[in-house]
Parts: sequence; structure tokens; C-alpha cells
Amino acid sequence: MAQAAAHAEGPHQPPIRLFLVVWGWLFVLSTCSYLVDYFHLQGYLRYSLILLFMVLKAGLIIAVFMHMAWERLALVYAILVPVGAVLVFIAIMMLESDYTLLTRMLFFGPEP
Amino acid sequence: MAESALTDPGATLRQPTGWQGIAADFSSDQRAFKNVSWGKAMMWIFLLSDTFVFSCFLISYMTTRISTTVPWPNPSEVFALTIGGVTLPLILIAIMTFVLISSSGTMAMAVTFGYRRDRKKAALLMLATAAFGATFVGMQAFEWTKLIHEGVRPWANPWGAAQFGSNFFMITGFHGTHVTIGVIFLLITARKVWRGDFDRETRGFFTSRKGNYEAVEIMGLYWHFVDLVWVFIFAFFYLW
Repeated sequence: MAQAAAHAEGPHQPPIRLFLVVWGWLFVLSTCSYLVDYFHLQGYLRYSLILLFMVLKAGLIIAVFMHMAWERLALVYAILVPVGAVLVFIAIMMLESDYTLLTRMLFFGPEP
Repeated sequence: MAESALTDPGATLRQPTGWQGIAADFSSDQRAFKNVSWGKAMMWIFLLSDTFVFSCFLISYMTTRISTTVPWPNPSEVFALTIGGVTLPLILIAIMTFVLISSSGTMAMAVTFGYRRDRKKAALLMLATAAFGATFVGMQAFEWTKLIHEGVRPWANPWGAAQFGSNFFMITGFHGTHVTIGVIFLLITARKVWRGDFDRETRGFFTSRKGNYEAVEIMGLYWHFVDLVWVFIFAFFYLW
């Protein structure tokens, strides 16, 4: 029984209401990102809105649904900091692919 | 007693928080993740490695899309559907997104009901999650069939850059595989919850460790991750 009581407390459990609110927000944000495409927004407005809604959705899922907001900071940093390496990789590959495009246009493009 | 002390170590100790907490946790010459069980820590580390796998796919997609000299097919038109005479852009993908988000919502509630030892509700919510997941995979199969009929191949497609097909099949295929595996594990875990394995602390067939409701939370972590990956695929592959 003592163990059952200890388990029932378990890790911090947010109220069900919070999950429903986050669920609703995820629906709203998904609708918004769909509307970005529906209304044919273009250029930097389109890209920044897509990224904004994406980051908000990802943040809500990680923080609330995956309980990251209530984890000990050591675990949070151990998981989130290495993801920074992905951003570095993206930057490197953007430079690389721009260079590839340049060489393709120079050597395979139409004669000037 | 020794085992319950192992699965919940340091919970009674007073621990520093914030930056000092991080330094203390990692420098203590013991286990780093104080109040996190090995199962949960390992799932998080697996998810981190899976993040890198999906990042590599999305980065290779970015690289091919930037570097190709041929125009990229417009996903808004490629994935449009005509329903009742009205052509809606990306509509199937939008519905798939809502289905997957709903499955995440039911999963999050299943975890809470599991810890409250309300095993009927927990099992039913997990079954609902599995049903949403199976629906998602079914819609993806429909989408693949449609595109293959329209002539999309990993090496060519009717609308533009050939890399579109290879990226599409690789990224959505790998994600769909994750969803399928998740559905299978959801059904297994839901069965255990329904039978009351975690109330009776039945030992697992593989690890032989006593079962408890944390298994539902760990299952949930995997499932939310699958939803999380879809958020990025939706933004970068379908909307960009």
C-alpha cells in the first residue's frame, strides 16, 4: 500500500484541463498554418508565419504533452542543448547547397 | 524495498535547483538524472538520436531543394484534393495533421489517468490514440497511392525537380513507419493496462522488471515525438 501511495503521487501531474486547452491551441495554430497556404501568402511573410506557428506548436507539445516543463533542469538541458548541433548543420548545408547551385549555373547553365 | 529505493532515488533528498542544480546533478559522481527513472531517461536519449535521424532527412531535403536548377513542384497543388467539385489545397495533409494532434491529446490524458490508476479510462484513451494513429497511416497510404498513380517516382515526377519524389517517399515513409510501430506498441501497452498488469506489478516478459504506470508515460513520450516530427515535416515539406 505504501508503494501504491508513492506511485499514485508519481511525477507532477498537470490537470486534465491544461491538456484540453493545449489541444485546442494546437488546433488553432494548425488551422493558422493551413490558412497561410490557403490564402497563398508569399515571400518572407509566408516563411516567418510558417516558422512561428511551427515553433509554437513544437514548444507546446514538448513542454506540456511531454512534461518537459516539469522535468529537472539537468534532463531538459541534456536533451535540448544537443539539438543546437542541428542548427549548425543546417547553416553549413545552406552554404554548401548555395555553392552547389552556383557551380551548376556556371557550368551547366545556358551559354551567356 | 531495495528495488523501490532504486527506482525512486534521491526523491527525499533536498536538491539544489537552477544552474547550481545542473552542476550538482552532473558532478555528483552518481547518476545524473536524479528523479528520472532509467526507462524515461533512455527514451529521451533515444528520441534525441531519432531527432538527428529526422534532421538529416530534412536537411538533405533542404540541400537538394536549394541546389537544384529545376523548379520545385508546388506542394500546394500536388497535394490538393477535389471534394464535391471544390478543389482545396493541401486538404488531406491538413486533416492528417488534425488527426495526429488529436491522437496526442488523447495520449496525454491517458498518461494522467494511468497515474491516477483509472485503468479503464487509460486503456480506452490509448486505444483511441491507436485508432487515430491507424487512421493517419491509412490516409498516408491513400496519399502514396494517389501520387504513385500520378507518376511520382523516387527518380522522376511530372511537375519538376526529380528530387521531390525521393525526398517525399523517404521522409513520409520513415515517419509513417514510426507511426505504425507506435500503434503496435500502443496496443501492447493498452492491453497491459486493461489487464491490470501495472496494478499487480507483473514483471515484463523482456526486462523482468516490475511493471508500473510509468510505462504509459514512456509510451506517450514516443507518441508525442511522432506528432512533433510531423509538425516539422508539415512546415518544411508541405507548406514551405
